[in-house]
Amino acid sequence: MSTLKPEVNNQDHIQGDDSASVTIVEFGDYQCPYCGNAYPIMKEIEETFGHQIKFIFRHFPLANAHKFAFPAAIAAEAAGLQGKFWEMHDALYENQYRLDGELFDELAETIGLDLEQFQQDSASEEIKRKIEENFDSGVRSGVNGTPSFYVNGTKFDGGATDLYQMLKESGE
Amino acid sequence: MLEKGAIAPDFELNATPDQKIKLKDFKGKNVILVFYPADWSPVCSDQMALYNEMLKYFNKYDAQIFGVSVDSVWCHLAFEENRKLHFPLLADFEPKGAVSKAYGVYDEELGESKRALFVIDKEGKIAWSYLSPIAVNPGADGILDALEELNKK
Repeated sequence: MSTLKPEVNNQDHIQGDDSASVTIVEFGDYQCPYCGNAYPIMKEIEETFGHQIKFIFRHFPLANAHKFAFPAAIAAEAAGLQGKFWEMHDALYENQYRLDGELFDELAETIGLDLEQFQQDSASEEIKRKIEENFDSGVRSGVNGTPSFYVNGTKFDGGATDLYQMLKESGE
Repeated sequence: MLEKGAIAPDFELNATPDQKIKLKDFKGKNVILVFYPADWSPVCSDQMALYNEMLKYFNKYDAQIFGVSVDSVWCHLAFEENRKLHFPLLADFEPKGAVSKAYGVYDEELGESKRALFVIDKEGKIAWSYLSPIAVNPGADGILDALEELNKK
């Protein structure tokens, strides 16, 4: 059974309660259609199970297959430097159908980022390195495609819908 | 299926219509062989897309990766082009499945290679092998662990 390496840590983007009993980590790609499909289901999981859930997103861009995957991950991280990682994360998935190189600045303005700072941060080596570390973590953890989910540190064998179902059954 | 310690059977397979790959030419390099059932089927494609992103990792471990299936060179070429794959796919086409059989990973009933991974060391010995359920993409962590182990020697 594959386990999450490294464990969730303070480098991660974490949504939800610290005390949550279920920690879900998603490895995803902003241009991957399956991840796009999983996005609203993850929202529903967070809404339905509320404070029981902690959600972490790590980047796993398939850069050869998806031209905008890496730049989109950069945009999310650059927004993160202004405290708006999740706002950009949501905006990227909500606008996945029109993802292209022009979109990032537009989304940055929509979510109220300092555009100049955003553009400057987008060019930073550190952000690039962070995304590569996320990818590395995925490879080490046995990610075999996107999205891949880990529940409390163990690879979950299924998609977002299966995850929802599993949580529902275990709560009953 | 051949296991750790066995000598990797040599082969000569076409990577393109006019380029043949001989395993023995890769002595002195680690080799990763990825047997998979067919081009275009959804699980394999994900698997190949993953390895495609990992070439620089394999490079770091001085390893060359090859995909192997019973598809023809022309099918491989179209598949590589469509998925922008940057590593060779070998055609175990004639006699059909001969190399897959030599490695013990041919499914006689389906007439396709099974989904199997081999890491071969620089002396041409199998260092690690893994057979995956046909519908499950085995990922790359096992390959990296095996390469890391070889690096320690």
